[in-house]
Amino acid sequence: MRFYLRLFALNLKSQMQYKASLFLSCLGQFMTAFTSFFSIKFIFMQIDAVGGFTYGQVLLCFSVIMLSFSIGEAVGGGLANFPRMVNMGEFDRMLTRPRNLVLQVIIPFFDFTRVGLLAQGIIVLGLAIPQSGVTWRADKIAGLVLMIVCGAVLFFCLFMFQAAFAFFTMNSLDFLNIFTYGARQFGRYPFSVYGKKILHFLTICIPLALIQYYPLQFLIDDTAHPAGMFIPCLSLLFILPCYALFRFGIRKYKSAGS
Amino acid sequence: MKSYFSLFRIRMINGLQYRAVALGSVLTRFCWGIMEILAFFAIHQSGGDFSMTFSQTVSYIWMQQAFILMYNVIDGDQEIEASIQDGSVAYELTRPMNLYGNWFTRCLANRLSPTALNCLPVLALALLMPVPYGLKFPKAMTVVLFLASTVLALGVVGAIAMLMHITMFYTTSQRGTKIIGRAVTGFFAGGVIPLPYFPETFQKVVNLLPFAATQSTPLLIYSGALTGIDAVWAMGLQIFWLIALTALGYYATKRTLKRVVVQGG
Repeated sequence: MRFYLRLFALNLKSQMQYKASLFLSCLGQFMTAFTSFFSIKFIFMQIDAVGGFTYGQVLLCFSVIMLSFSIGEAVGGGLANFPRMVNMGEFDRMLTRPRNLVLQVIIPFFDFTRVGLLAQGIIVLGLAIPQSGVTWRADKIAGLVLMIVCGAVLFFCLFMFQAAFAFFTMNSLDFLNIFTYGARQFGRYPFSVYGKKILHFLTICIPLALIQYYPLQFLIDDTAHPAGMFIPCLSLLFILPCYALFRFGIRKYKSAGS
Repeated sequence: MKSYFSLFRIRMINGLQYRAVALGSVLTRFCWGIMEILAFFAIHQSGGDFSMTFSQTVSYIWMQQAFILMYNVIDGDQEIEASIQDGSVAYELTRPMNLYGNWFTRCLANRLSPTALNCLPVLALALLMPVPYGLKFPKAMTVVLFLASTVLALGVVGAIAMLMHITMFYTTSQRGTKIIGRAVTGFFAGGVIPLPYFPETFQKVVNLLPFAATQSTPLLIYSGALTGIDAVWAMGLQIFWLIALTALGYYATKRTLKRVVVQGG
């Protein structure tokens, strides 16, 4: 454990070396999220609801996705470098070390600039909470927290899922970006807006709707059973196939040489 | 002029090497387009008085997805950025070519070659889509205007990209500048939502910015949201920005190169 903490601290220190750059990156992340926010605001200046969801409810969705994505990507975004590591043979070096492989890959790439995105998410959440029309009881608050936490885990898994393919293709599969960066983009509206088929796909195959659309229904519905707050936890089942794929990949892994 | 042309060809061929990557990005563009269109479908279903119809928006999104790599201001010139950072720009300077002309040509080729691979399959898929979601083929005159405007847009994109590259002579790390650049150029060029969805007072200002002269103008012309005198006016602005930004970039490059210090070697 001390080893990992040390690695983490070293990474933080090295990112802090270029303070101006770190600040600009945070600012950039903030602005990126800001443009997304304005794209919603501009649309809602002309209509009252999208697919039956009000401005406040859409903002709630947007902020939950933004927060979970920023946490998930800060931790797991480094996995985007994984295909390159496999390709260059750097991964072989890690295999020789008696430490956890996943942690070795992600810690050096932990991205602190995601604070900018996180800040934007918190601001929007602050706007959304009073406007969403939800009566905030203890179970609703717990539901909201679970949405964000499980969402962060889910986004991390998606990054790992994408990285695991590098074992088989030796290259990055940019197509899978649609489930990470795409989910951040399209998750600003509840997934039911995109139609039944897409909602079903995002429930059964890639459980993004379980941290967004279904728990949102629970938050809005005043008469909902308090057990509904645990809906986001179902999405955690997605960890299993991701981890299995990663293990399977390591077992099958033949070095790309270097 | 001949040297610029062969440089352009080399970059084109280089970019056309990776066909598997291209297939993946065609799929991504297609899925991305569908999701965007479904979102706008829901938005238009909810009523509201938008200055762009749903069918115009569909055409806008498909053409945007097909040509997205061409309208990309920030990414795509890794070799130029690397040469600034690792100092190999010194080699470039020994060549009997103007650096601005050399790099500007490369910027254009870096955007055209992936687009050449990408756009036809995406367009084909978009034309095959069922009725409300499919790409419409407009009148011949509109297509001509669209093509002319696209060429101008590519020039403006190249000119803005060059200005970004020049700032990299002054900064040690490029990441922050690039993220901010991506956010600003994307948003004000109608990359997040088309500019007609902006509030009207806001639109008046945004339409005059150089970013609107990139993807927004040709895409709006194609989709039919920008017609007649407005289209001509917008293309005039494109020409203005192309000349102004190239001149600015040319001058800035000259000034910067006078002061550039290459460390070691």
